Amino acid sequence: MDLEFTAEEKAFRDEVRTFIRENLPEGTRTRMKEGRGTTKADMVDWMKILAAKGWSAPRWPKEYGGPGWNAIQQYIFTEEIQLGHAPDPQGFNISMVGPVIYTFGNDEQKKRFLPSILDCSVWWCQGFSEPGAGSDLASLKTRAVRDGDHYIVNGQKTWTTFAQHADWIFCLVRTDPDAPKKQMGISYLLIDMKTPGVEVRPIQTIDGGVEVNEVFLTDVKVPVENLVGEENRGWDYAKFLLGNERIGIARVGASKAKLRRVKELAASVPLGAGTLMDDPRFRSKVWETEVELKALEMTQLRVLSDIAIRGGKKPHPASSVLKLKGSEIQQSITHLLMDVVGPYAIPKSDGVEGSNEPSVGPDWADAIAPGYFNYRKVSIYGGSSEVQKGIIAKAILGL
Amino acid sequence: MDFELSEEQQLLKDMVGRFMQDRYDFEKRKGYMKEPAGFSDEIWAAYAEQGLLAVPFAEEDGGIGGGPVDLMIVMEEMGKALALEPYLSTVVIGGSILRTTATAAQRSALAEEIIGGACKLAFAHAEPKARYDLAFVETKAEQAGAGWTLTGVKTLVMYGGAADKLIVSARVSGGATDEAGVGLFLVDPKAAGVAIRDYPTQDGLRAAEVTLSGAEAELLGETPDAMAAIRQASDEAIAALCAEAAGALGKSLDLTVAYIKEREQFGRAIGSFQGLQFQASEMFVELELARSMMMYAAMASRDPDPQERSRAVSAAKVQIGRSAKRLGEKSIQLHGGVGMTMEYSIGHYFKRLSIIDRTLGDTDHHLAQLDAVGGMAA
Repeated sequence: MDLEFTAEEKAFRDEVRTFIRENLPEGTRTRMKEGRGTTKADMVDWMKILAAKGWSAPRWPKEYGGPGWNAIQQYIFTEEIQLGHAPDPQGFNISMVGPVIYTFGNDEQKKRFLPSILDCSVWWCQGFSEPGAGSDLASLKTRAVRDGDHYIVNGQKTWTTFAQHADWIFCLVRTDPDAPKKQMGISYLLIDMKTPGVEVRPIQTIDGGVEVNEVFLTDVKVPVENLVGEENRGWDYAKFLLGNERIGIARVGASKAKLRRVKELAASVPLGAGTLMDDPRFRSKVWETEVELKALEMTQLRVLSDIAIRGGKKPHPASSVLKLKGSEIQQSITHLLMDVVGPYAIPKSDGVEGSNEPSVGPDWADAIAPGYFNYRKVSIYGGSSEVQKGIIAKAILGL
Repeated sequence: MDFELSEEQQLLKDMVGRFMQDRYDFEKRKGYMKEPAGFSDEIWAAYAEQGLLAVPFAEEDGGIGGGPVDLMIVMEEMGKALALEPYLSTVVIGGSILRTTATAAQRSALAEEIIGGACKLAFAHAEPKARYDLAFVETKAEQAGAGWTLTGVKTLVMYGGAADKLIVSARVSGGATDEAGVGLFLVDPKAAGVAIRDYPTQDGLRAAEVTLSGAEAELLGETPDAMAAIRQASDEAIAALCAEAAGALGKSLDLTVAYIKEREQFGRAIGSFQGLQFQASEMFVELELARSMMMYAAMASRDPDPQERSRAVSAAKVQIGRSAKRLGEKSIQLHGGVGMTMEYSIGHYFKRLSIIDRTLGDTDHHLAQLDAVGGMAA
């Protein structure tokens, strides 16, 4: 057992850290650090910078344009990205649709889609969830009916993150409603968002932002060559995706960066003759969160060590706590930020870009409450905490 | 970066695990507790035979030359069995102090006795007014000819009544909480001026109050300046306690899951109810976090930088304390009434876990330790 990374791994970490420091545009860094989210341009510019370096798809093999990193390098890269307040590579392109295409797609699809996925010149979004299919995804109803060389798609997707930015959507659609099991009649279809019949309607979330959308599909004509893999095997491809994102799901690096910010801001908030960091009750909450984050980080490293040595064919049992505990910690840090901002959580900014009105309270204050509201999502998306607990109970404890 | 056990370590784990399974089921443990010392001399002799008492000692002293991960492995297996013996005080704390403080002659003589099973140690350090402050030492040491005499009161000395030798901290100079001026001494518990009041602890182990009235003592090492060694030994002991706790936590979850799979109410196994499943899953999360910190503490417990070392160890103790409470309390709740009975094992795991949280600094104490060094500095 050994906690230390090797000299080569440390050199790699320094290389990544330096690259991020020197190449991440300042505006993006500031928006990320202040928890204000990124614009489409922030993400696309950053993806082009990463792609030019060959780093936009950390988990991809070399033959498809990835850097061919091992598990430890991938981990270090992700950690540095998050610590450096840089956006993670665009997830729908890089972690979701890309790997499905290079694993299950045909040569034509690989040639056609992978290059623009890599540098995000085509933005993808995910069409999985539906109004009636959330945690129980396999009950999805969007229907695709074969008609000559096309599928005719009808249905509704929801919670579609950044559909407003997207050029293409990868969808799970039902192609065989009579299959013996609901998982069996589902196909994986790629749809151009410009196709007639695709309509995006924004959903404003409680923080006031618009990250997610409803996507309505009405008689959308999709060429059959946009089917990935075999018809009715889409569920298997989607499941493959879920297993694809084990390391990084805990977002340890992002939580570390946010906790640093908690301490930095608390040291700037006046309290009595000193600052909030002089309040032992507040500090104690910070240390408790730091301990939990360290325990999560060590758990993540155990999983990583297992993947590095055994190839990760069989998931390490501890991997099942990463999402559950990771989201809990992310949420408690956003609540700590609420404790930091205190009364200046109250005003809501007018949201007008370039407004000349001075901010009420510190200039960072207006993003704190929306950040807290927004982060309630992390224990809901990607398999809610209840789903995670159910998985642990069944798959690990055998209940 | 690697969290794997080496081949030798895996063999050690299998060996200790098998031994505990064969010799230490819960019913046998009840018998061992009734023996005069509160544990089984036969088991202690068997530990010696298996080489478990030799783990941390250097090969030149007849030991195996094992490190903190080896001790972690042994302690985790012992935690699963709720082992009673003074392994922590003799092998973990004794091993650390002999390594850091004793002269070569003292070390090789004592190591030989310990490894052979002839010498059990107790660490008489805490004092009634100290709570968890390691530097609080009022017991006085005075030079008397070639030797020393000690006067003072030591409290909560684990297995002070069964020990063949006491390692006692005492002050040669300075005020009650000064870092300088504290020595470590060897005391024969049967010597004149040593009064020992032996008593049971809540978790079925034994401890003692030790009163020293001009008791004869032998200084460990050349100079009475041992606070750094005491802190080092305490950190290694905490890392070992974290491993013992992780073992007890793992067994508590196993027992609970087995119970709720079997116990039927309303015509079905109670483990089929989601309300119980979720609680069991939350227990699993606590267990894995505790295991991770057990490994972290073991790897950090010999860090040459004392601040980094104690930061890591305090963090681990905080996590273990939290996990012990959250998992332990649920383990009783999910067992229902049977969890309340002295006869059934789960309550004994809960009690040991609760006492581990109060040993060598509780959660609040270690949060205060972290506060003193500015948190995890992450």
